[in-house]
Amino acid sequence: ISTSPSLPLYNPYIFSSRLQHGYKVAWKIAVSPNNNVVNIYEKKGKDWVKIDELTEHSGRITGIDWAPESNRIVTCASDRNAYVWTLKDSVWKPTLVLLRINRAATCVKWSPLENKFALGSGARLISVCYFDKENDWWLSKHIKKPICSTVLSLSWHPNNILLAAGSADLHCRIFSAYIKDIEDKPGPTAWGAKMPFGEVLLEHKDCGGWVHSVSFSPAGDQLAWVAHNSSISVADATEGKQVTQLSTSHLPLLSVLFVSASEIVAAGHDCCPYQFTFKSPGSLEFVKKLDIPKQTSKGSMSAMQHFRNLDKKATEEDDKELNTLHQNSITQLCVMSGDKSKVDKYSSVGLDGAMVIWTFKH
Amino acid sequence: MSKNTVSARFRRVDVDEYDENKFVDEEDGGENQLGPDEAEVDSLVRQGNLMEALHAVLKNPPINTKNQNVKDRAEGLVLKVLSAFKSSDIEKGVQSLDKNGVDLLMKYIYKGFERPSENSSAVLLQWHEKALAAGGVGSIVRVLTARKTV
Repeated sequence: ISTSPSLPLYNPYIFSSRLQHGYKVAWKIAVSPNNNVVNIYEKKGKDWVKIDELTEHSGRITGIDWAPESNRIVTCASDRNAYVWTLKDSVWKPTLVLLRINRAATCVKWSPLENKFALGSGARLISVCYFDKENDWWLSKHIKKPICSTVLSLSWHPNNILLAAGSADLHCRIFSAYIKDIEDKPGPTAWGAKMPFGEVLLEHKDCGGWVHSVSFSPAGDQLAWVAHNSSISVADATEGKQVTQLSTSHLPLLSVLFVSASEIVAAGHDCCPYQFTFKSPGSLEFVKKLDIPKQTSKGSMSAMQHFRNLDKKATEEDDKELNTLHQNSITQLCVMSGDKSKVDKYSSVGLDGAMVIWTFKH
Repeated sequence: MSKNTVSARFRRVDVDEYDENKFVDEEDGGENQLGPDEAEVDSLVRQGNLMEALHAVLKNPPINTKNQNVKDRAEGLVLKVLSAFKSSDIEKGVQSLDKNGVDLLMKYIYKGFERPSENSSAVLLQWHEKALAAGGVGSIVRVLTARKTV
Protein backbone atom coordinates (compact mmCIF):
# COMPACT_ATOMS: atom_id res chain seq x y z
CA ILE A 1 0.00 0.00 0.00
CA SER A 2 1.37 3.41 -0.82
CA THR A 3 0.67 7.06 -0.38
CA SER A 4 0.77 9.18 -3.49
CA PRO A 5 3.93 10.93 -4.63
CA SER A 6 3.60 14.49 -3.55
CA LEU A 7 6.88 16.03 -4.65
CA PRO A 8 6.87 18.05 -7.82
CA LEU A 9 8.51 16.12 -10.62
CA TYR A 10 11.90 17.28 -11.59
CA ASN A 11 15.11 15.80 -12.96
CA PRO A 12 16.04 12.19 -12.46
CA TYR A 13 18.20 10.81 -9.64
CA ILE A 14 16.83 11.73 -6.31
CA PHE A 15 18.29 10.51 -3.07
CA SER A 16 16.40 10.51 0.13
CA SER A 17 17.10 9.95 3.71
CA ARG A 18 14.70 10.27 6.56
CA LEU A 19 14.24 11.64 9.97
CA GLN A 20 11.40 11.14 12.29
CA HIS A 21 11.42 12.78 15.65
CA GLY A 22 10.27 10.41 18.34
CA TYR A 23 8.00 12.74 20.22
CA LYS A 24 6.36 14.63 17.41
CA VAL A 25 6.00 12.95 14.08
CA ALA A 26 7.68 15.58 11.95
CA TRP A 27 8.64 14.02 8.67
CA LYS A 28 11.69 15.52 7.09
CA ILE A 29 13.58 14.31 4.11
CA ALA A 30 16.77 15.30 2.35
CA VAL A 31 16.75 14.83 -1.39
CA SER A 32 18.88 15.90 -4.30
CA PRO A 33 17.44 16.31 -7.78
CA ASN A 34 20.49 15.16 -9.70
CA ASN A 35 22.47 18.34 -9.08
CA ASN A 36 24.89 19.69 -6.51
CA VAL A 37 22.25 20.85 -4.05
CA VAL A 38 20.52 19.02 -1.21
CA ASN A 39 16.96 20.10 -0.48
CA ILE A 40 15.33 19.54 2.88
CA TYR A 41 11.58 19.06 2.84
CA GLU A 42 9.17 18.91 5.74
CA LYS A 43 5.73 17.37 5.65
CA LYS A 44 3.16 19.98 6.52
CA GLY A 45 -0.28 18.46 6.37
CA LYS A 46 -0.56 16.73 3.05
CA ASP A 47 2.23 18.62 1.33
CA TRP A 48 5.97 18.46 1.33
CA VAL A 49 7.35 21.96 1.78
CA LYS A 50 10.95 22.86 1.04
CA ILE A 51 12.42 24.36 4.16
CA ASP A 52 16.12 24.42 3.43
CA GLU A 53 18.87 24.10 0.86
CA LEU A 54 22.35 22.75 1.49
CA THR A 55 24.70 24.24 -1.07
CA GLU A 56 28.39 23.59 -0.72
CA HIS A 57 29.21 20.85 -3.16
CA SER A 58 30.47 21.70 -6.62
CA GLY A 59 29.69 18.32 -8.09
CA ARG A 60 26.57 16.18 -8.41
CA ILE A 61 25.39 14.78 -5.09
CA THR A 62 25.82 11.01 -5.05
CA GLY A 63 24.94 10.16 -1.48
CA ILE A 64 23.08 11.54 1.52
CA ASP A 65 22.61 10.01 4.96
CA TRP A 66 20.83 11.55 7.91
CA ALA A 67 21.75 10.39 11.41
CA PRO A 68 18.50 10.50 13.40
CA GLU A 69 19.95 10.59 16.93
CA SER A 70 22.67 13.15 16.50
CA ASN A 71 20.73 15.00 13.81
CA ARG A 72 23.66 15.33 11.45
CA ILE A 73 23.58 14.94 7.69
CA VAL A 74 26.52 13.67 5.69
CA THR A 75 26.59 14.37 1.95
CA CYS A 76 29.02 13.24 -0.70
CA ALA A 77 29.39 14.15 -4.33
CA SER A 78 31.25 13.60 -7.56
CA ASP A 79 33.51 16.50 -6.55
CA ARG A 80 35.47 14.01 -4.37
CA ASN A 81 34.30 15.72 -1.19
CA ALA A 82 32.02 14.97 1.71
CA TYR A 83 30.53 17.37 4.23
CA VAL A 84 29.01 16.75 7.63
CA TRP A 85 26.16 19.17 8.29
CA THR A 86 25.08 20.21 11.79
CA LEU A 87 22.11 22.34 12.68
CA LYS A 88 23.21 25.47 14.55
CA ASP A 89 20.57 28.07 15.33
CA SER A 90 18.30 26.62 12.68
CA VAL A 91 21.00 26.86 10.03
CA TRP A 92 22.76 23.86 8.58
CA LYS A 93 26.53 24.38 8.78
CA PRO A 94 28.91 22.21 6.75
CA THR A 95 32.20 20.80 7.93
CA LEU A 96 34.58 19.49 5.29
CA VAL A 97 35.76 15.91 5.63
CA LEU A 98 39.32 15.07 4.60
CA LEU A 99 38.62 12.08 2.45
CA ARG A 100 41.87 11.99 0.47
CA ILE A 101 40.26 10.37 -2.53
CA ASN A 102 41.07 11.16 -6.14
CA ARG A 103 37.82 9.99 -7.69
CA ALA A 104 34.14 10.69 -7.11
CA ALA A 105 32.41 9.58 -3.94
CA THR A 106 29.55 7.19 -4.68
CA CYS A 107 27.72 6.39 -1.46
CA VAL A 108 27.79 7.25 2.23
CA LYS A 109 26.32 5.73 5.39
CA TRP A 110 26.42 6.69 9.07
CA SER A 111 27.29 3.83 11.41
CA PRO A 112 24.55 2.69 13.83
CA LEU A 113 26.09 4.63 16.75
CA GLU A 114 26.66 7.63 14.48
CA ASN A 115 30.22 8.15 15.66
CA LYS A 116 31.64 7.44 12.23
CA PHE A 117 30.54 6.99 8.64
CA ALA A 118 31.69 5.00 5.66
CA LEU A 119 32.00 6.38 2.15
CA GLY A 120 32.44 4.46 -1.06
CA SER A 121 34.19 5.92 -4.06
CA GLY A 122 35.34 5.41 -7.61
CA ALA A 123 38.89 5.44 -6.24
CA ARG A 124 38.43 1.74 -5.48
CA LEU A 125 38.43 2.31 -1.75
CA ILE A 126 36.22 2.96 1.24
CA SER A 127 36.87 5.93 3.52
CA VAL A 128 35.87 5.31 7.12
CA CYS A 129 35.58 8.74 8.72
CA TYR A 130 35.54 9.75 12.36
CA PHE A 131 35.77 13.03 14.22
CA ASP A 132 39.11 14.03 15.68
CA LYS A 133 38.26 16.32 18.61
CA GLU A 134 41.83 17.48 19.07
CA ASN A 135 42.01 19.13 15.69
CA ASP A 136 38.32 19.69 15.17
CA TRP A 137 38.06 17.94 11.84
CA TRP A 138 36.91 14.67 10.33
CA LEU A 139 39.66 12.19 9.53
CA SER A 140 39.50 9.17 7.30
CA LYS A 141 41.08 5.76 7.21
CA HIS A 142 41.11 3.86 3.94
CA ILE A 143 40.11 0.31 3.21
CA LYS A 144 41.76 -0.55 -0.11
CA LYS A 145 42.64 -4.19 -0.37
CA PRO A 146 41.30 -6.16 -2.16
CA ILE A 147 38.81 -3.82 -3.86
CA CYS A 148 39.47 -3.59 -7.61
CA SER A 149 36.77 -1.26 -8.83
CA THR A 150 34.21 1.34 -7.79
CA VAL A 151 32.41 0.77 -4.50
CA LEU A 152 28.70 0.98 -5.25
CA SER A 153 26.96 0.36 -1.94
CA LEU A 154 27.51 0.09 1.80
CA SER A 155 25.69 -1.34 4.80
CA TRP A 156 26.63 -1.33 8.48
CA HIS A 157 26.28 -4.31 10.80
CA PRO A 158 24.40 -3.44 14.03
CA ASN A 159 27.65 -3.90 16.01
CA ASN A 160 28.95 -0.62 14.53
CA ILE A 161 32.15 -2.37 13.39
CA LEU A 162 31.43 -4.56 10.41
CA LEU A 163 30.75 -2.94 7.05
CA ALA A 164 29.42 -4.65 3.95
CA ALA A 165 30.37 -3.27 0.55
CA GLY A 166 29.09 -4.09 -2.93
CA SER A 167 31.43 -3.21 -5.75
CA ALA A 168 31.67 -2.96 -9.51
CA ASP A 169 34.42 -5.57 -9.35
CA LEU A 170 31.58 -8.10 -9.04
CA HIS A 171 32.43 -8.90 -5.42
CA CYS A 172 30.47 -8.49 -2.22
CA ARG A 173 32.59 -8.14 0.91
CA ILE A 174 32.35 -7.56 4.63
CA PHE A 175 35.16 -5.54 6.18
CA SER A 176 35.99 -4.55 9.67
CA ALA A 177 35.84 -0.78 10.10
CA TYR A 178 37.05 -0.86 13.68
CA ILE A 179 38.64 2.46 14.65
CA LYS A 180 40.54 1.93 17.87
CA ASP A 181 40.79 5.65 18.60
CA ILE A 182 37.08 6.01 19.13
CA GLU A 183 35.70 2.66 20.22
CA ASP A 184 36.29 -0.47 22.26
CA LYS A 185 37.43 -3.72 20.75
CA PRO A 186 34.40 -5.58 19.46
CA GLY A 187 33.27 -8.97 20.68
CA PRO A 188 33.03 -11.87 18.22
CA THR A 189 30.11 -12.14 15.83
CA ALA A 190 28.89 -14.95 13.63
CA TRP A 191 31.06 -13.48 10.85
CA GLY A 192 34.30 -13.85 12.77
CA ALA A 193 36.19 -13.01 15.93
CA LYS A 194 39.25 -11.09 14.83
CA MET A 195 38.38 -7.68 13.47
CA PRO A 196 41.38 -5.40 12.97
CA PHE A 197 40.67 -2.47 10.67
CA GLY A 198 40.41 -3.56 7.05
CA GLU A 199 40.08 -7.28 7.82
CA VAL A 200 37.95 -9.13 5.28
CA LEU A 201 35.36 -11.35 6.96
CA LEU A 202 33.46 -12.29 3.85
CA GLU A 203 34.45 -12.14 0.22
CA HIS A 204 31.99 -13.48 -2.26
CA LYS A 205 33.51 -13.50 -5.72
CA ASP A 206 31.66 -13.39 -8.95
CA CYS A 207 28.29 -12.19 -7.79
CA GLY A 208 27.31 -12.28 -11.43
CA GLY A 209 27.36 -8.55 -11.99
CA TRP A 210 27.96 -5.19 -10.34
CA VAL A 211 26.70 -5.35 -6.80
CA HIS A 212 24.29 -2.44 -6.65
CA SER A 213 23.07 -2.66 -3.09
CA VAL A 214 23.81 -4.53 0.15
CA SER A 215 21.80 -4.82 3.36
CA PHE A 216 22.45 -6.55 6.67
CA SER A 217 19.54 -8.28 8.40
CA PRO A 218 18.30 -6.59 11.62
CA ALA A 219 20.42 -8.85 13.86
CA GLY A 220 23.33 -8.72 11.43
CA ASP A 221 23.73 -12.44 10.84
CA GLN A 222 22.60 -12.38 7.23
CA LEU A 223 23.66 -10.15 4.37
CA ALA A 224 21.51 -9.60 1.29
CA TRP A 225 22.67 -8.07 -1.97
CA VAL A 226 21.40 -7.49 -5.47
CA ALA A 227 23.57 -7.71 -8.57
CA HIS A 228 23.25 -6.57 -12.13
CA ASN A 229 22.60 -10.07 -13.43
CA SER A 230 19.05 -9.77 -12.12
CA SER A 231 19.78 -11.77 -9.03
CA ILE A 232 19.32 -11.39 -5.31
CA SER A 233 21.54 -13.26 -2.86
CA VAL A 234 21.77 -13.82 0.87
CA ALA A 235 24.83 -14.95 2.83
CA ASP A 236 24.07 -16.58 6.17
CA ALA A 237 26.77 -16.34 8.85
CA THR A 238 24.93 -18.78 11.10
CA GLU A 239 25.25 -21.45 8.41
CA GLY A 240 28.92 -21.25 7.55
CA LYS A 241 28.48 -18.04 5.50
CA GLN A 242 26.66 -20.06 2.84
CA VAL A 243 25.40 -17.97 -0.04
CA THR A 244 21.99 -18.53 -1.59
CA GLN A 245 21.41 -16.87 -4.95
CA LEU A 246 18.07 -16.42 -6.63
CA SER A 247 18.04 -15.50 -10.33
CA THR A 248 14.95 -13.52 -11.16
CA SER A 249 13.16 -13.17 -14.46
CA HIS A 250 12.96 -9.41 -13.95
CA LEU A 251 15.23 -6.55 -14.91
CA PRO A 252 18.11 -5.92 -12.50
CA LEU A 253 17.34 -4.72 -8.99
CA LEU A 254 19.13 -1.62 -7.76
CA SER A 255 18.28 -1.43 -4.09
CA VAL A 256 17.65 -3.99 -1.35
CA LEU A 257 16.42 -3.66 2.22
CA PHE A 258 15.71 -6.10 5.04
CA VAL A 259 12.36 -5.09 6.55
CA SER A 260 12.30 -7.82 9.20
CA ALA A 261 14.39 -10.82 10.17
CA SER A 262 13.18 -12.80 7.18
CA GLU A 263 11.48 -10.42 4.77
CA ILE A 264 13.35 -8.45 2.13
CA VAL A 265 12.17 -5.69 -0.18
CA ALA A 266 14.07 -4.98 -3.39
CA ALA A 267 13.39 -2.68 -6.33
CA GLY A 268 15.10 -1.55 -9.50
CA HIS A 269 14.66 -1.21 -13.21
CA ASP A 270 11.22 -2.80 -13.18
CA CYS A 271 9.94 0.29 -11.36
CA CYS A 272 8.20 -1.87 -8.79
CA PRO A 273 9.22 -3.05 -5.31
CA TYR A 274 9.28 -6.82 -4.81
CA GLN A 275 9.11 -8.83 -1.62
CA PHE A 276 11.40 -11.79 -1.04
CA THR A 277 11.66 -14.08 1.94
CA PHE A 278 14.72 -15.82 3.35
CA LYS A 279 14.26 -18.65 5.79
CA SER A 280 17.59 -20.52 5.61
CA PRO A 281 20.28 -21.29 3.04
CA GLY A 282 18.66 -22.71 -0.05
CA SER A 283 15.40 -21.06 0.79
CA LEU A 284 15.29 -17.61 -0.78
CA GLU A 285 11.99 -17.03 -2.52
CA PHE A 286 10.03 -14.38 -4.34
CA VAL A 287 6.84 -13.55 -2.46
CA LYS A 288 4.99 -10.88 -4.42
CA LYS A 289 4.99 -7.54 -6.17
CA LEU A 290 4.34 -4.74 -3.70
CA ASP A 291 2.84 -2.29 -6.18
CA ILE A 292 -0.83 -2.66 -6.92
CA PRO A 293 -1.32 -2.05 -10.64
CA LYS A 294 -3.32 1.00 -11.57
CA GLN A 295 -6.81 0.49 -12.86
CA THR A 296 -6.66 1.50 -16.48
CA SER A 297 -9.68 2.91 -18.17
CA LYS A 298 -9.17 1.07 -21.42
CA GLY A 299 -12.77 -0.05 -21.53
CA SER A 300 -14.05 3.47 -21.89
CA MET A 301 -12.26 4.16 -25.17
CA SER A 302 -14.62 4.82 -28.02
CA ALA A 303 -14.53 2.90 -31.29
CA MET A 304 -13.56 6.11 -33.05
CA GLN A 305 -10.56 6.57 -30.77
CA HIS A 306 -9.63 2.96 -31.27
CA PHE A 307 -9.37 3.38 -35.02
CA ARG A 308 -7.72 6.75 -34.69
CA ASN A 309 -4.95 5.15 -32.63
CA LEU A 310 -4.56 2.33 -35.09
CA ASP A 311 -4.26 4.77 -37.92
CA LYS A 312 -1.86 7.19 -36.25
CA LYS A 313 0.29 5.00 -34.08
CA ALA A 314 -0.33 1.47 -35.33
CA THR A 315 -1.35 0.52 -31.85
CA GLU A 316 -4.68 -0.03 -30.21
CA GLU A 317 -3.66 1.18 -26.81
CA ASP A 318 -3.69 4.77 -25.76
CA ASP A 319 -1.55 3.95 -22.80
CA LYS A 320 1.88 5.48 -22.59
CA GLU A 321 2.12 5.00 -18.88
CA LEU A 322 3.51 2.07 -16.96
CA ASN A 323 0.96 0.54 -14.66
CA THR A 324 3.22 0.95 -11.66
CA LEU A 325 3.37 4.03 -9.45
CA HIS A 326 6.93 4.73 -10.50
CA GLN A 327 7.27 5.54 -14.16
CA ASN A 328 10.97 4.84 -14.28
CA SER A 329 13.59 2.79 -12.44
CA ILE A 330 13.62 2.89 -8.66
CA THR A 331 17.14 3.79 -7.56
CA GLN A 332 16.96 3.74 -3.80
CA LEU A 333 14.87 2.30 -0.97
CA CYS A 334 15.06 3.86 2.46
CA VAL A 335 13.54 3.00 5.85
CA MET A 336 11.16 5.77 6.94
CA SER A 337 9.69 4.52 10.18
CA GLY A 338 9.58 1.51 12.41
CA ASP A 339 12.37 -0.42 14.01
CA LYS A 340 14.69 -2.14 11.57
CA SER A 341 13.46 -5.50 12.81
CA LYS A 342 9.94 -4.53 11.87
CA VAL A 343 9.99 -1.74 9.34
CA ASP A 344 6.70 0.07 9.07
CA LYS A 345 7.18 2.56 6.26
CA TYR A 346 9.87 2.77 3.62
CA SER A 347 10.38 5.13 0.73
CA SER A 348 11.43 4.63 -2.85
CA VAL A 349 12.90 7.24 -5.16
CA GLY A 350 13.37 6.86 -8.87
CA LEU A 351 14.60 8.25 -12.13
CA ASP A 352 11.10 9.60 -12.71
CA GLY A 353 11.73 12.18 -10.00
CA ALA A 354 9.05 10.76 -7.75
CA MET A 355 9.23 9.60 -4.17
CA VAL A 356 6.70 7.09 -2.91
CA ILE A 357 6.17 6.06 0.69
CA TRP A 358 5.10 2.46 1.18
CA THR A 359 3.71 0.72 4.22
CA PHE A 360 4.92 -2.83 4.71
CA LYS A 361 2.39 -5.34 5.94
CA HIS A 362 4.16 -7.91 8.10
CA MET B 1 53.91 22.98 -35.00
CA SER B 2 55.40 19.74 -33.85
CA LYS B 3 56.43 17.13 -36.40
CA ASN B 4 54.23 14.33 -35.25
CA THR B 5 50.88 15.93 -36.01
CA VAL B 6 51.02 14.00 -39.27
CA SER B 7 51.16 10.53 -37.77
CA ALA B 8 48.02 9.27 -36.08
CA ARG B 9 49.55 6.02 -34.92
CA PHE B 10 49.45 7.08 -31.30
CA ARG B 11 45.68 6.84 -31.50
CA ARG B 12 45.92 3.09 -31.87
CA VAL B 13 47.83 2.55 -28.65
CA ASP B 14 45.79 0.44 -26.24
CA VAL B 15 46.20 2.57 -23.13
CA ASP B 16 44.45 0.00 -20.96
CA GLU B 17 47.41 -2.32 -21.37
CA TYR B 18 49.61 0.22 -19.61
CA ASP B 19 47.23 0.69 -16.71
CA GLU B 20 48.75 -1.06 -13.72
CA ASN B 21 45.39 -1.11 -11.97
CA LYS B 22 43.60 -2.68 -14.86
CA PHE B 23 40.83 -5.02 -13.81
CA VAL B 24 41.70 -8.60 -14.67
CA ASP B 25 39.13 -11.37 -14.60
CA GLU B 26 40.05 -14.32 -12.49
CA GLU B 27 41.47 -17.26 -14.35
CA ASP B 28 39.35 -20.32 -14.00
CA GLY B 29 41.21 -23.30 -15.49
CA GLY B 30 38.92 -24.32 -18.30
CA GLU B 31 41.40 -26.40 -20.23
CA ASN B 32 39.52 -29.58 -19.46
CA GLN B 33 36.21 -28.34 -20.69
CA LEU B 34 35.36 -30.14 -23.88
CA GLY B 35 31.77 -29.16 -24.41
CA PRO B 36 28.80 -31.49 -24.85
CA ASP B 37 29.40 -35.06 -25.96
CA GLU B 38 29.04 -35.02 -29.73
CA ALA B 39 28.63 -38.76 -30.13
CA GLU B 40 25.94 -39.01 -27.47
CA VAL B 41 23.99 -36.06 -28.86
CA ASP B 42 24.23 -37.28 -32.46
CA SER B 43 22.94 -40.73 -31.60
CA LEU B 44 20.01 -39.31 -29.63
CA VAL B 45 19.07 -37.04 -32.52
CA ARG B 46 19.28 -39.98 -34.94
CA GLN B 47 16.99 -42.01 -32.69
CA GLY B 48 14.51 -39.15 -32.72
CA ASN B 49 14.82 -38.71 -28.96
CA LEU B 50 14.99 -34.95 -29.13
CA MET B 51 14.17 -34.15 -25.50
CA GLU B 52 17.09 -36.23 -24.32
CA ALA B 53 19.27 -34.74 -27.03
CA LEU B 54 18.39 -31.27 -25.76
CA HIS B 55 19.39 -32.16 -22.22
CA ALA B 56 22.57 -33.85 -23.41
CA VAL B 57 23.66 -30.95 -25.56
CA LEU B 58 23.21 -28.52 -22.67
CA LYS B 59 25.62 -30.51 -20.51
CA ASN B 60 29.26 -29.44 -20.03
CA PRO B 61 28.96 -26.01 -21.59
CA PRO B 62 32.43 -24.73 -22.60
CA ILE B 63 32.15 -21.59 -20.51
CA ASN B 64 35.61 -21.35 -19.00
CA THR B 65 37.71 -22.54 -21.89
CA LYS B 66 39.55 -20.16 -24.17
CA ASN B 67 39.58 -22.68 -26.97
CA GLN B 68 37.42 -21.16 -29.67
CA ASN B 69 37.12 -24.46 -31.58
CA VAL B 70 35.49 -26.15 -28.63
CA LYS B 71 33.05 -23.28 -28.34
CA ASP B 72 32.22 -23.29 -32.04
CA ARG B 73 31.69 -27.04 -32.02
CA ALA B 74 29.35 -26.79 -29.05
CA GLU B 75 27.35 -24.00 -30.69
CA GLY B 76 27.03 -25.99 -33.89
CA LEU B 77 25.84 -29.02 -32.00
CA VAL B 78 23.24 -27.04 -30.09
CA LEU B 79 21.96 -25.51 -33.30
CA LYS B 80 21.65 -28.97 -34.81
CA VAL B 81 19.48 -30.14 -31.93
CA LEU B 82 17.35 -26.99 -31.88
CA SER B 83 16.74 -27.26 -35.64
CA ALA B 84 15.69 -30.90 -35.33
CA PHE B 85 12.74 -30.00 -33.10
CA LYS B 86 9.26 -29.62 -34.55
CA SER B 87 7.93 -26.09 -33.96
CA SER B 88 5.08 -27.43 -31.88
CA ASP B 89 7.47 -29.26 -29.55
CA ILE B 90 9.70 -26.30 -28.76
CA GLU B 91 7.59 -25.12 -25.85
CA LYS B 92 7.66 -28.53 -24.21
CA GLY B 93 11.39 -28.68 -24.74
CA VAL B 94 11.91 -25.38 -22.95
CA GLN B 95 9.61 -26.35 -20.11
CA SER B 96 11.58 -29.50 -19.45
CA LEU B 97 14.56 -27.33 -18.52
CA ASP B 98 15.32 -25.94 -15.09
CA LYS B 99 16.16 -22.27 -14.47
CA ASN B 100 19.87 -22.72 -15.20
CA GLY B 101 19.01 -24.69 -18.30
CA VAL B 102 16.87 -21.86 -19.63
CA ASP B 103 19.67 -19.35 -18.91
CA LEU B 104 22.18 -21.55 -20.72
CA LEU B 105 19.83 -22.05 -23.66
CA MET B 106 19.45 -18.25 -23.92
CA LYS B 107 23.25 -17.92 -24.06
CA TYR B 108 23.46 -20.39 -26.92
CA ILE B 109 20.58 -18.68 -28.72
CA TYR B 110 22.27 -15.30 -28.67
CA LYS B 111 25.56 -16.91 -29.64
CA GLY B 112 23.75 -18.41 -32.59
CA PHE B 113 22.35 -15.02 -33.59
CA GLU B 114 25.90 -13.69 -33.83
CA ARG B 115 26.73 -15.86 -36.78
CA PRO B 116 23.60 -16.67 -38.73
CA SER B 117 23.55 -19.46 -41.26
CA GLU B 118 20.83 -20.38 -43.71
CA ASN B 119 17.81 -21.07 -41.57
CA SER B 120 19.34 -20.65 -38.15
CA SER B 121 17.85 -17.30 -37.20
CA ALA B 122 14.30 -18.44 -37.88
CA VAL B 123 14.76 -21.50 -35.70
CA LEU B 124 16.51 -19.51 -33.00
CA LEU B 125 13.77 -16.90 -32.95
CA GLN B 126 11.17 -19.55 -32.27
CA TRP B 127 13.26 -20.92 -29.41
CA HIS B 128 13.91 -17.38 -28.18
CA GLU B 129 10.20 -16.70 -27.87
CA LYS B 130 9.63 -19.76 -25.71
CA ALA B 131 12.80 -19.29 -23.67
CA LEU B 132 11.82 -15.69 -22.99
CA ALA B 133 8.41 -16.77 -21.78
CA ALA B 134 10.11 -19.16 -19.36
CA GLY B 135 13.11 -17.12 -18.23
CA GLY B 136 11.83 -13.58 -18.56
CA VAL B 137 14.01 -10.59 -19.39
CA GLY B 138 16.22 -11.68 -16.48
CA SER B 139 17.57 -14.54 -18.58
CA ILE B 140 18.52 -12.08 -21.33
CA VAL B 141 20.15 -9.76 -18.79
CA ARG B 142 22.26 -12.71 -17.66
CA VAL B 143 23.41 -13.28 -21.24
CA LEU B 144 24.62 -9.69 -21.29
CA THR B 145 26.28 -9.67 -17.87
CA ALA B 146 28.04 -13.03 -18.08
CA ARG B 147 31.76 -12.35 -18.30
CA LYS B 148 32.46 -15.91 -19.36
CA THR B 149 30.02 -17.44 -21.77
CA VAL B 150 29.60 -20.23 -24.29
